Order: sequence, then structure tokens, then C-alpha cells
Amino acid sequence: MIGIEHYLTVGAILFVLGVLGIFLNRKNVIVILMAVELILLSVNLNLVAFSAFMQDLVGQVFAMLVLTVAAAEAAIGLAILVIYFRTRGSIAVDDINRMKG
Amino acid sequence: MIQVIAFYFFATIVVAAAVMTIMAKNPVHSVLWLIMAFFNAAGLMVLVGAEFIAMLLVIVYVGAVAVLFLFVVMMLDIDFAAMRAGFSRNAPLGLLIAAILLAELLLAAGAYGAGGIQLGTPDGSAMQATDSSNIEALGALLYGRYIVLFEIAGIILLVAMIGAIVLTFQPPKPGARARQDVGKQIRRRPEDATVMKNPEIGQGVEL
Repeated sequence: MIGIEHYLTVGAILFVLGVLGIFLNRKNVIVILMAVELILLSVNLNLVAFSAFMQDLVGQVFAMLVLTVAAAEAAIGLAILVIYFRTRGSIAVDDINRMKG
Repeated sequence: MIQVIAFYFFATIVVAAAVMTIMAKNPVHSVLWLIMAFFNAAGLMVLVGAEFIAMLLVIVYVGAVAVLFLFVVMMLDIDFAAMRAGFSRNAPLGLLIAAILLAELLLAAGAYGAGGIQLGTPDGSAMQATDSSNIEALGALLYGRYIVLFEIAGIILLVAMIGAIVLTFQPPKPGARARQDVGKQIRRRPEDATVMKNPEIGQGVEL
């Protein structure tokens, strides 16, 4: 029988894979953004699983809000990427030090 | 039994697709694997009865976000081989952190399953009515009790849309493109624009 632990395990594995993706593809901003999407997907999976197993629909409302923010974040992130590429001709993360913290 | 098989099928594919997303050499392949991961996550959500979120995931992610990613990946002309230079150097640290994180998360899930912590009981007012479908119940909740959150989500999307347009908008360079001058168009008379010619037979017209 499938319990909530199974869903939590899948969510945990997806989350860890997203974090690992950020570490492995340190130079490639596009893949880092995709890894962030994976992390948000795992969060959504957890919210939906808890919502279903606790018979409380509020979790799905929150999942929808997470989805909204994820879409907005992807749009803004890719727009920043496009203008960065336009001005610098590369998207290497190591070169992004113009503002000098 | 069929649910168990379906769960393991979707779960295996979603994890495999996520691995391929972060390991693929070509970012275009990464995006395609990401689409696969989203499809199978939507399948997992359908299994627990959350059809609306699952369909939303397919429409929003596969239809909009993933296509946006593909668009940007293909538009930017980048040498992707050079981008993977630090891959093997970063791998040990990344794997270590990933292993620690996974162990902690599985520990938390196991502790939850053992009944260590009593989470608050659900409020009941938000409970899904048995005679209405998932979408119906979710709509009643979203347009009733959580209407403010729903409108805030809309404003977030509006801000993101305007932000993306403002960021990527390039004002046209002066003289680079023909601009429309309405006054000039209105001032133009037929006698300025047309001439009468009566050419000889076999002759062309010199304009």
C-alpha cells in the first residue's frame, strides 16, 4: 500500500537532486534555473501529498501559489539572463562579479 | 495493486528524469528531461486525486515554462562544452552535501511515519466534500476563503510580466527603422504622389 512516506521519499529525492544540480552545474545558469524548478516541483509534490492524505484541500491552494511564484521566477530569471548575455556575450556565473558585492 | 505499480512507475521515471536533467551535457536535452519529470510528477499527483494541480502542472510548466527555457537555450549562442569545465571538480562536495541532505530528509519522513510528531488536525472547514469533484472543491476554496491569496498571485504574475518586458525591452535606435509620421502621411496629396504619362508605343516609362 502506498502511504505518505512514499510520496515524501520521492519529494526528498527530487529536492536533493535539485540541490545537487546547483552544485554540479556551477557554471551554467540555465541548468541552475532548471534545478530550482526541480526543487519547487518537489515542494509541490509534498504539499499535494499532505493535502491528499490529510483530507485538507488548503495544501493544493498553496501548491498553486508555489506554482505561480515558480512561473514568475522563471520568467524574470530568464529575462535577466537574456539581458546579461546581450551586454556581456556570455552567461558564465564566474564572470558575474561586476557589482562586487 | 494497480495503484502501487503506477506509483512506482511514475516515481522511478520522475527520479530518472531529474537525474538526467542535471547530468545531461546539452541544456536542450536537460529541458526535455525536465518536461518528462514534470509529466510524471503530474501523474503522481493524479494518483492521489489532485487532478487540477496535475493539469495545471502540465499546462503551466510543460506549456509555458519549459518552452520558455527551450527558447532561451536555443536563442543564446553559447559554447556549452566550456560551461561544464568545473563539473568533476565540484562533484565530490556536491555529492557529499546531497547525501547528507537526503539522509536528513528520509530520517524526517521516517520519523513522521513512526508517529513521532502530532501535526495539527485539519480544520474541517476546508475538508473536501465527498460529493463534489476536486476542481469544484478547490474552486470553492480558492474563490471563497482564499480570494485575497488568489488576487495576490495574480498581481505577482502581472509584476513578473511587466518586469520581464521592461528588462528585455530595447528602445529602437534613431534612424534604424522607418517610423510612422502621421502628419506627413496626412499632408500628402494625390498630385504629389501620382503623375500622368502618355508614353509612345514600345517605350518604357521614366520615373
